[in-house]
Amino acid sequence: MTVSPDAVEDLIEERKDVDTSDNEREIGKARTRKEDERLITGRTKWTDNIQLPGMVHLVMVRSPFAHATITNIDTSEAKTAPGVYAVLTGQDVADQQGSLPTAWPITPDQKAPPHPAIAVDRVAFSGEVVAVVAARTLAEARDAAELVDVDYDELPAALDLKEAADDTVLAHPDLGTNKSAFWQFDSATAETGGSVDEAIEAARADGIVIEREYRQQRLIPAFMEPRSTVVDPTGEQFVMWSATQVPHILRLMLSLTLGVPESKVRVIAPDVGGGFGGKLQVTPEEIITFLVARHLRKPAKWTETRSESLMAAHHGRDQWQRLTLAADKDGKVTALKVDLLADMGAYLGLVTPGVPILGAFMFNAIYKFPAYQFNCTNIFTNKTWTDAYRGAGRPEATYAIERLMDELAVEVGVDPLEIREMNWIKHEEFPFTSVCGLEYDSGNYEAATERAKELFDYDALRAEQKQRRESGDPVQLGLGVSTFTEMCGLAPSRVLGSLSYGAGGWEHASIRMLPTGKVEVVTGSSAHGQGHETAWSQIVADRLGVAFEDVEVLHGDTQISHKGLDTYGSRSLVVGGEAVIQAANKVIEKARPIAAHLLEASADDLEFQAGRFTVKGTDQGMALGEIALATFAAHNLPDGVEPSLDSDATFDPVNFSFPHGTHLCAVEVDTETGMTKVRSYVSVDDIGNIVNPLIVEGQIHGGIVQGIAQALWEEAVYDDQGTLVSGSFVDYTLPTSADTISFVTDNTVSPSTTNSLGAKGVGEAGCIASTPAVVNAVVDAVRHLGINDIRMPCTPERVWKAIQSAGYHSGETTAEAQEHFVEGEANQDQVGNDPSAAVTGEQS
Amino acid sequence: MPRISVKVDGVTYSDDVEPRTLLVHYLRETLGKVGTVIGCDTSNCGACTVHLDGRSVKSCNVLAVQADGREVTTIEGLATNGRLHPMQQAFHDCHALQCGFCTPGMIMQAVDLVTENPNASEAEIREGMEGNLCRCTGYHNIVKAVQQGASATASAAGGEQS
Repeated sequence: MTVSPDAVEDLIEERKDVDTSDNEREIGKARTRKEDERLITGRTKWTDNIQLPGMVHLVMVRSPFAHATITNIDTSEAKTAPGVYAVLTGQDVADQQGSLPTAWPITPDQKAPPHPAIAVDRVAFSGEVVAVVAARTLAEARDAAELVDVDYDELPAALDLKEAADDTVLAHPDLGTNKSAFWQFDSATAETGGSVDEAIEAARADGIVIEREYRQQRLIPAFMEPRSTVVDPTGEQFVMWSATQVPHILRLMLSLTLGVPESKVRVIAPDVGGGFGGKLQVTPEEIITFLVARHLRKPAKWTETRSESLMAAHHGRDQWQRLTLAADKDGKVTALKVDLLADMGAYLGLVTPGVPILGAFMFNAIYKFPAYQFNCTNIFTNKTWTDAYRGAGRPEATYAIERLMDELAVEVGVDPLEIREMNWIKHEEFPFTSVCGLEYDSGNYEAATERAKELFDYDALRAEQKQRRESGDPVQLGLGVSTFTEMCGLAPSRVLGSLSYGAGGWEHASIRMLPTGKVEVVTGSSAHGQGHETAWSQIVADRLGVAFEDVEVLHGDTQISHKGLDTYGSRSLVVGGEAVIQAANKVIEKARPIAAHLLEASADDLEFQAGRFTVKGTDQGMALGEIALATFAAHNLPDGVEPSLDSDATFDPVNFSFPHGTHLCAVEVDTETGMTKVRSYVSVDDIGNIVNPLIVEGQIHGGIVQGIAQALWEEAVYDDQGTLVSGSFVDYTLPTSADTISFVTDNTVSPSTTNSLGAKGVGEAGCIASTPAVVNAVVDAVRHLGINDIRMPCTPERVWKAIQSAGYHSGETTAEAQEHFVEGEANQDQVGNDPSAAVTGEQS
Repeated sequence: MPRISVKVDGVTYSDDVEPRTLLVHYLRETLGKVGTVIGCDTSNCGACTVHLDGRSVKSCNVLAVQADGREVTTIEGLATNGRLHPMQQAFHDCHALQCGFCTPGMIMQAVDLVTENPNASEAEIREGMEGNLCRCTGYHNIVKAVQQGASATASAAGGEQS
């Protein structure tokens, strides 16, 4: 087809009639999502769906031992099995595989073992890859993997975090210690506050000191789509499809790890089925798939089973927290001291060492603490590596402080909300510099709390609780409070640099104005369920005055989106969305001189509104689409003007965003069975201005349930041999629809001042807030029985034992009848796991 | 190898399959019906749910040979004449999906649930969907969608149970 110049002129003429003046504002509209259509009809492009000519299938052979020397691997039988192309061991690829990267050395002297993708002579956790089989079909690969004969000499394994901290057994003997790094923040040293030791001493003399030890159990992100990677080595570039949150980071790291020029690698994250931090990683399996494809010169695919995923994809949380809170007699906090032990697992992943550090600035939360100290020791154990999991550091911090504030309220004898209000930053005090030196730009804790109380019917529930206590009801009511904040929108590059992070925190976007009036938006922030395609379309539709339907959002392919830092840390909208806005602004500025030329007016006399340039004080004007077409035709442009409206922008925020909110939870605890039932849950979140309330609500719901799951159900449990006991969905108990309830959610709005949208991140908020709300509620339900802590997850067994240990017996139930499982026997938590100590939260 | 004949989304196929082949592998690998996905290996997650002769099954829990002579409907065959099934529409309207990986199985299970019990209460919906795991939504909007899908399905069928 040929297009005559006249036809183009006709099109331009036609487009003059496009009236955009009554375009409804898109931002703030509860748009249903663009991406749904393919997802609800099964047209989704998951990595595992990809089939390429001649593609081989990979199966990993994994270590059953937590710590062992590999003495021999016999692959002869596997190599001759039907359909097998290759069997590779660590020895075979030792000179090619490099060491998996860590982007965050938190101290200059941080210790870390080399991390080969395939173990060469020693395995350090159960599930580590020791060989890979490549075969024509997946079934043949699986059959052959059974034939790989590996000889191991078992070594003592460091499994318990506290024991590992004593270096009695070494996870990596060559390191000489299990301590990876020690990191401290002290407000006196940083000159952001006073001395914690002085404040604690003073409180011991004349005030309140609360000392507690809390356990953040090990969790598994458990995204629904198992990880999968395809590598195509044919053609000029290696093309890798991977179920990853971080295609750009992955491309860079593949290049650095394997020595392949970055320009020879293209990474595509097609549709990705959830991540929650679990796919914020550069994995051994991605490296191995790349190596096999390069070796065989054939496309190769690896898709994990769920058991592999639970055992080998990185885990999250896993800390011991020792906390000392000092306050005056009225309950005004004077100091907080935090001592953490953080379990790295066997290796450092991409951001493993930094995860606890992301929490370092959040233990002080929404409160005005005059003195603060944070000490963190990162420890290696012979368990699956840990790394980011939804919230990464902030849920741990929020849990600790929100639990402590409840304890302080009890000590002072006031309502938990009252103690919080006494200590929190008042809305008129913003911007407020925290004791960590962070500037909280906006917030209104009073408003969110007031609204939450109203929706929750707080006073009525307190009355019911009182009545149940008085009547000795076997089912007790507990109310839990969490007034959280968090720092997100990762992140200002300068701040990341000061924390020794290996990259910046900017985000990139481009906008392409197509001649047919459509708009392509390319974002460096790659979505995996967050709804970028919809939200970004809304933003661009508003800014450029084009139709929502005319915007196409592209992401997740390094060839299309050449630059980006991907999706994690609730950063997409506040960093990536702002980059989109700035690119859109550039489009408008590029269009302005062209519009002025075509309208025969001065550029200064033009106004841009609702997608139209108009000459001030006249009815003369042109729509952006019209200018886009005229620019494409380029027949009549001003001299020296580039014939393109396409623009790009890279945005680096000057500060984090600080969403906050008040979450209230009511639980019913059956004191006879220990069973906890969540009865009602209210959240009022302040995430600044909202682009799409439907998407925001969905993020909050999902986050709340993940947080409740930590409080009540989920735990990665190892036996005393270092084998993951909760290695399938039978034992790693994700919440089901039957376990959960419907929530009441609402928002208050204190716009962020660090991006033009006024938005704050929402991806992690629900998960950060809900865990302490639930545990506070459980403890509140049984506190009158003499209980002040129950370790997470608050399973019926733990709650029941707490009640028994506290001396409360109801009915005929006997301890013997319940002793079917001895807690701690097959668990990582042997130390300090004396049930009476654990359940009463005695200070150690 | 046994030969099976099975009608999937309206088309009849005849194939030799290894006896150990699971229905989900047959659908994905032999027929390219990759709309149906695999999320676990213990039949817990329900992502692979399809209809076998009109009733929901986890296709990882059925051998391909067991489908011989029977009719399978997958998420790809649920929309008719280019029109979404009311349950698909309800999932979209209620924002009952985020990453969407569990969605094919969720929708197939939900269709079965409301066929069986068009007036299911919230508690019955929660019980009925218990075998399908979602990590993104917290189930809140899924429950809403099943409720909307139930009434839409009922009105589409003229109030009759199909």
